[in-house]
Amino acid sequence: MNYEAVIGLEVHVQVKTRSKMFSRVAAGYGQPENTLTDPVVLALPGTLPVMNKAALDKIIKAGLLLGCDIAPECKWDRKNYFYPDSPKNYQISQYDQPLCRGGFVEIELPGPARNVMGEHKRISLTRIHLEEDVGKLNHAEGVSLVDFNRAGTPLMEIVSEPVIRSADEAFAFLTALKTLMIYGGISDCDMEKGQLRCDANISIRPEGGTELGTKVELKNLNSFSFVRDGIALEVRRQISVVKAGGRVVQETRDYDGQTGESKSLRTKEMAHDYRYFPDPDLMPVQVGEEWKSAVRADCPELPFDKQRRFQKEYGVPYTITSVLVPDRELSDFFEEAARLCGKPQAAGNWIANDLLRELGAAKVGLAQAKVRPAHVAGLVRLVEEGAILSNAAKEVFVDMFRTGEPPDAVVARKGLGAQTGLDELDRWCREAIAANPKSAADFKGGKDSAINAFKGPVMRAAKGRADPRRVDETLRRLLAQ
Amino acid sequence: MSEELCYSTISELSGRLGRGDLSAVELMQAVIARTRKVDGRVGAFNSFDEEDALGQARASDERRAKARASGADGRGRPLEGIPVGIKDVVAVAGQPLTASSRMLENYVSPYDATVARKLKEAGAICWGRLNLDEFAMGSSTENSAFRTTSNPWDLERVPGGSSGGSAAAVAAGEAVAALGSDTGGSIRQPAALCNVVGLKPTYGRVSRYGLIAFASSLDQIGPFARSVEDAASVLGAIAGHDPRDSTSVRMDVPDYAGGMAALAKSGRRWRLGIAKEYFGEGLDPEVGAAVQAAVDEYRGLGCEIREVSLPHTRYAIGAYYIIATAECSSNLARYDGVRYGRRSKDATDALDIYFKSRAEGFGPEVKRRIILGTYVLSSGYYDAYYLRAQKVRTLIRRDFLDAFAQVDAILTPTSPTPAFRKGEKAADPLAMYLSDIYTIGVNLAGLPGMSIPCGFTRGGLPIGLQAIGQPFRETELLAIAGAYEKRTDWRTRRPRL
Repeated sequence: MNYEAVIGLEVHVQVKTRSKMFSRVAAGYGQPENTLTDPVVLALPGTLPVMNKAALDKIIKAGLLLGCDIAPECKWDRKNYFYPDSPKNYQISQYDQPLCRGGFVEIELPGPARNVMGEHKRISLTRIHLEEDVGKLNHAEGVSLVDFNRAGTPLMEIVSEPVIRSADEAFAFLTALKTLMIYGGISDCDMEKGQLRCDANISIRPEGGTELGTKVELKNLNSFSFVRDGIALEVRRQISVVKAGGRVVQETRDYDGQTGESKSLRTKEMAHDYRYFPDPDLMPVQVGEEWKSAVRADCPELPFDKQRRFQKEYGVPYTITSVLVPDRELSDFFEEAARLCGKPQAAGNWIANDLLRELGAAKVGLAQAKVRPAHVAGLVRLVEEGAILSNAAKEVFVDMFRTGEPPDAVVARKGLGAQTGLDELDRWCREAIAANPKSAADFKGGKDSAINAFKGPVMRAAKGRADPRRVDETLRRLLAQ
Repeated sequence: MSEELCYSTISELSGRLGRGDLSAVELMQAVIARTRKVDGRVGAFNSFDEEDALGQARASDERRAKARASGADGRGRPLEGIPVGIKDVVAVAGQPLTASSRMLENYVSPYDATVARKLKEAGAICWGRLNLDEFAMGSSTENSAFRTTSNPWDLERVPGGSSGGSAAAVAAGEAVAALGSDTGGSIRQPAALCNVVGLKPTYGRVSRYGLIAFASSLDQIGPFARSVEDAASVLGAIAGHDPRDSTSVRMDVPDYAGGMAALAKSGRRWRLGIAKEYFGEGLDPEVGAAVQAAVDEYRGLGCEIREVSLPHTRYAIGAYYIIATAECSSNLARYDGVRYGRRSKDATDALDIYFKSRAEGFGPEVKRRIILGTYVLSSGYYDAYYLRAQKVRTLIRRDFLDAFAQVDAILTPTSPTPAFRKGEKAADPLAMYLSDIYTIGVNLAGLPGMSIPCGFTRGGLPIGLQAIGQPFRETELLAIAGAYEKRTDWRTRRPRL
């Protein structure tokens, strides 16, 4: 019998806001311990939470981008449990009225080859709600220390339906989700900084079945590849258990990405009773049409929509769009360059190849790069006009990436302009022919390859800046006289 | 002389301070002297810092002198130089904040509650830390981990609670006014038992930021004072929207004292409601008679007295003890020994820190309520208790709003009995809970309510009249209370100490 995997993901995404979810203190990463705190974050006696509207704007934006239904009212609940990283010993969250319901993430599965587009699928979402992050426990010898810098950071919990069928789909889901979050300015989704965290619920069933099997929760999936590898391992493990006549036990397992192994953390869920109730410190907030429209006006084009548009509108191939589109800034850069030069394919090539190579080598982001869309457009135009040759153009690109000078300035400074003056080329060719009557005779006698004997001297005379095609044409014209 | 000062009203003192024939330092010294003299017997304070208070008084005198030098009249800020006692659940930066609990025995607040900041801005002196039932849970101050405050009218009796220290301090002349908090009657009941004015504002009128939360949807800070006008002055200083408390309402703060004076002048004939549900079983006959006499007084003033019905009153205590305990079980979870407050010396790991610190830090009544609240929120019970209690709450509020279609305010006894003996109800939580039977509905409905002196028992114990007003119509409520106060001299009587 063949089995299929049934996977649901629970993704926590930190929302990028200046201040925390319910207090005015700054949110951030990498600061000295317990410096991003204030009386509210530390839950000092008498303090009260006040909602950060910017965080609500961003979850609404996420909901709109993902096609969710946005609740007309944002209601807050308390989730009660004791843990030292939780300053109030309750977490302000959303229980029975998540802000977003439904919606989906469009994913792209790996294609048959790197340069071929893969299958697209929609992964349905159950809900998205907003809550506050907790602090971090650091265990040292014999002591545990708490850092509350992270506590109170706005956090979205995105829950997918159990409709993911493979580790690759899970990987694609996270990739698409991350791209979307970055596009919307909702989160940077840097997993190393804990800005995106993922747990997976995994079960198997006979292929084509409809019932759900016993699920295993997989935790500590610290990178996208760990998510993929951990899920793949768990699916294989469950299938082998069942094939050996065993039964999958409901449990939470911990995946170790270093060793590629997983082990049981606890069997059966501890019977948590979070005693949810509406937070009396926070009034429900109405989310009216006006608010939603304002957020909608700020929503970017979805990445896959953009990719389809680039292909259709500009005729840019998948190999280029698949490089450009995941990066919103790069896409914008491309569109601007394409608009300025009117040659989208050429502009796309320069950006997807040369620009990315130089950015990588210099280890800088696009925002810091000196080269601007107008530079790329200018370079494309110079090549089109034949003002420079493609080899020289490569050099010009590298130079303007370093200096930020416009391409024509670089060409002038470095003397890289193509030598198109007919008189000069004619003169060099005549001289070369005159200097080598034997080869001229051979050529005229029908030995076509004899023409090559003139090209070396011409190129030397032109210091390499002559277009070989044009040299060939000129020589043939003169030899035919 | 010194005692005279201590029993003066804010309006009297402000006049003298403004004219320059009294300094804030002199007033503060008098209050300190009075406190030193009587607090050994009354026990209103958990602590007070004389140097700090005198420093605030000096600063007040300097502000006034400076203002005068620059040509302003002597009046200055509304509470300039007035010592206002603070219940030990309201944070004042640099001062202890204990909630009368072992849990916070050595805790000092690093920040000001919004009301403390506003008092300071109004020129007042934040004076001392006033005793209460631990975490404001109780009706007698007997649940304080540190001391039981005595009723200045009879030292063998309780001052009421939970703001017993605040009521006793004002009654004993140890503060000109005081702040308390009221979750189910914690301002009004002790005010009644100590012969002072106590006002619980409409929910949302005063910021709760910096008030140690007991039950967030019911808690409200309010003043204790020697007169209705004084209560109006303090309310005016502390009321208003606070961006740090999203349950505080965006609504302008009227001039309460000016408004009530204008209403008094207008000779408006008030329509006042009497609810039979508030005069039933358990009401002490002497209290009932005094309240009846007060109602007659109002009739004599030309007010129209109407009978109103509040049919869901009998469910109030039940609903209250579900909602209040549910919220407190969650609000008090932060006292865990991890970040501040008591941490058990015997604790060995995280779980142990919780168990032992909370076992040592909380008293029996607090534990009882946390357990009750945890239970009513548990899965499987939530709908039957918490959700149902919220529905009852809606019905109780509707009762009141229906009544207010016919009347401007409702008059009731504040407490079913006068001050009881220490220990009398301590062993019987249910009997203690009934002390708040007439005050709890007001909190559930979020209404403003106040208690004003309306007589004494034959044994010389004070009796309070409760007036319940419409949401955010404190000015009218104060005017109604003021009309009665003007016709009687109860408030001017002083306990023999």
